[in-house]
Amino acid sequence: MTVPLIELKDLTVDFPVGGNWVRALHGVSLTIRRGEALGLVGESGSGKSVTWLAATKLLPAKARIDGEVLLDGKPIQGLTRDQMAGVRGKRVALIFQDPTSSLNPVHRVGTQIAESVRLHRGFDAAAARAEAKRLLDRVHIPSAARRLDDYPHELSGGTNQRVMIAMALAGEPDLLVADEPTTALDVTIQAQILDLLAEMRRETGMALVLISHDLGIVADITDRVAVMYAGRIVEEAPVDALFDDPRHPYTQGLLAALPDVAGPRRRLTAIPGQVPNPAALPPGCAFAPRCPAAISGCVTAIPSLDAVAADRRTACFRAGHATPWEIAA
Amino acid sequence: MSALLEVEGLVKHYHVRGGGGLFGAPVVLKAVDGVSFAIPAGRTLGLVGESGCGKSTTARLVLGTLARDDGQVMFDGEPVGSVRDARWRSQRRAMQMVYQDPLSALDRRLTVGKQVMEPALVHGLGAAAERHEKALSIMDAVGLSSRFFDRYPHELSGGQRQRVVLARALILSPKLLVCDEPISALDVSIQAQVINLLVDLQEKFSLTYLFISHDLKVVRQVAHEVAVMYLGRVVERGDPEALFHAPAHPYTQALVGAIPTPRTRGRARAALQGDPPSPINTPPGCSFHPRCPRAEARCRSEAPLLRPLDDGRFAACHFPVLSTPAREAA
Ligand SMILES: Nc1ncnc2c1ncn2[C@@H]1O[C@H](COP(=O)(O)OP(=O)(O)OP(=O)(O)O)[C@@H](O)[C@H]1O
Ligand SMILES: Nc1ncnc2c1ncn2[C@@H]1O[C@H](COP(=O)(O)OP(=O)(O)O)[C@@H](O)[C@H]1O
Ligand code: SF4
Ligand code: SF4
Ligand SMILES: [Mg+2]
Ligand SMILES: [Mg+2]
Repeated sequence: MTVPLIELKDLTVDFPVGGNWVRALHGVSLTIRRGEALGLVGESGSGKSVTWLAATKLLPAKARIDGEVLLDGKPIQGLTRDQMAGVRGKRVALIFQDPTSSLNPVHRVGTQIAESVRLHRGFDAAAARAEAKRLLDRVHIPSAARRLDDYPHELSGGTNQRVMIAMALAGEPDLLVADEPTTALDVTIQAQILDLLAEMRRETGMALVLISHDLGIVADITDRVAVMYAGRIVEEAPVDALFDDPRHPYTQGLLAALPDVAGPRRRLTAIPGQVPNPAALPPGCAFAPRCPAAISGCVTAIPSLDAVAADRRTACFRAGHATPWEIAA
Repeated sequence: MSALLEVEGLVKHYHVRGGGGLFGAPVVLKAVDGVSFAIPAGRTLGLVGESGCGKSTTARLVLGTLARDDGQVMFDGEPVGSVRDARWRSQRRAMQMVYQDPLSALDRRLTVGKQVMEPALVHGLGAAAERHEKALSIMDAVGLSSRFFDRYPHELSGGQRQRVVLARALILSPKLLVCDEPISALDVSIQAQVINLLVDLQEKFSLTYLFISHDLKVVRQVAHEVAVMYLGRVVERGDPEALFHAPAHPYTQALVGAIPTPRTRGRARAALQGDPPSPINTPPGCSFHPRCPRAEARCRSEAPLLRPLDDGRFAACHFPVLSTPAREAA
């Protein structure tokens, strides 16, 4: 067995809130193999971003992080801030939802990309600028040479997201973590960015973690999907298996709640209730108050994420039990 | 049957500074450039299109909160103006707006109950006790239990806040709700709750909706008719099933084809190239031609009019796509 590219082991994160520690992540374990694309889905507040911010040491210092992160099988805990900054960008690059605010508004985009190239690859200024232009070409920005001198606010949201991707590619990373990269964009531009991410992955062989609350987006370009709820992974499966045969009631609920443009028009099956507040999680399975398959045992113990097949895991006492949602979906 | 809302040739142009910021030459920004539609009572028109195509501007022109440059709006048989007279005020009551972000639409210092009653107070409707009763019954209709009456907006979830916004609009017994991206800020599981609620409220109170969204999947759940906007104009209008299954306008086809769904995973998409263009210096002829895969010479010089097709829908295109359903073509 080859060593996975990155492995998160039992990651927990607590934030200080009003004098108490509030747990946002309750032991997340994930493995990313070289070159694979993993989708991470869940509603807002489920812990998708915190998972990767914790793994790359980007959380504010006041947060308490526990668990292990292994890169090429080696723990990164001991790394200093500087060493970690080297890992970010060079090994693991991140891009975020709002490209315009992630870029520095007072610097030209060409300067920002060239800076990234110099930092990660040690090019001199002229070579870095040439590389910056090549990267803009690669992410299909028309008239790349002229765009180098533009400021972020002069470019559209879609073009800025391409600039972010170009910057991420500057360090030739092994893993790109894209956190809701298309949420702020129009559906037509979103399609272009998803196609671009898929193309870059094919060309460079880098692995991709695509974080999204939209199951459709994740289905589009990933191989494997992990579903998060209230700070835990509740289901993980190859993409086809997850959509054709969801085992966790929450996954089933999300699919049943999803409208579509094709197929017969049906009334959506809504999941009742709401996502719990991390400071006041219900006892037992956090999904129990909203779950149509819940039994009395669900409120007394927390289901662990267990293998239900060779390549899939589910955290549910009644995994695979047909809920009304599964039938509706 | 005459329509509750009839909109004819709406125009809103802004005079802005071009390229060089403050000192750029003055140019015309055509936010809305000749939009017409009608919504029969009790029905929903879905208005879709990319960011900046003029959806929200259209909404504000319809409500008379923004002065139009040209065109006409008839509501319940009477013209809607932007002069704030008695008729304007009574029309304001009958036409309510629901925005995307419920938190910013609410006053954080007022309890839910007070916020729901407030519009009735402002319009001087009923005595205090009646307003209280009415608020409780409307809250019940939108699925908010009376225990929320004394809570504050920040103590509520996004979905519950959007219910408060709806309750505030409904306490005035409006005929028309203009919903501008009402569920875009909500989580997936909550979106479905609010979509179903909007459908049920329409039935219960015989409401008419102008429903604005960039999400075609959501629009399909609620709309009886859909209008697709591009650069300030309606380019296709018709039955949602016809429009989504076999779009006639190449732009509608691109919008439908761009939607990622679990069902279409792994399939190639015919992605539309380029950014949504600016409503300043719109291209001559058909304004979609720089991005259109079907464009020919005629498209660059002659603007297509919105014309009826055989199946009763309308499209503004010289070479509409007539048969191939969008999904199969992809
Ligand atoms: N007060 C204004 N002055 C100048 N331009 C304006 C003004 N209001 C709107 N616009 C412009 O008019 C066009 C249409 O804007 P509108 O808000 O109607 O778009 P929209 O379709 O609602 O977009 P979105 O999906 O982003 O909400 C845009 O180009 C916008 O920048
Ligand atoms: N800096 C922070 N301080 C306190 N709580 C935080 C902080 N960052 C995130 N959280 C909390 O952690 C939980 C998970 O957040 P996040 O990972 O951002 O969710 P997602 O990305 O899935 O929407 C949420 O309850 C959020 O409020
Ligand atoms: S453990 Fe129980 S409550 Fe939780 S998802 Fe499974 S059936 Fe539902
Ligand atoms: S008129 Fe021409 S350019 Fe415009 S949408 Fe039709 S085919 Fe395309
Ligand atoms: Mg996030
Ligand atoms: Mg708008």
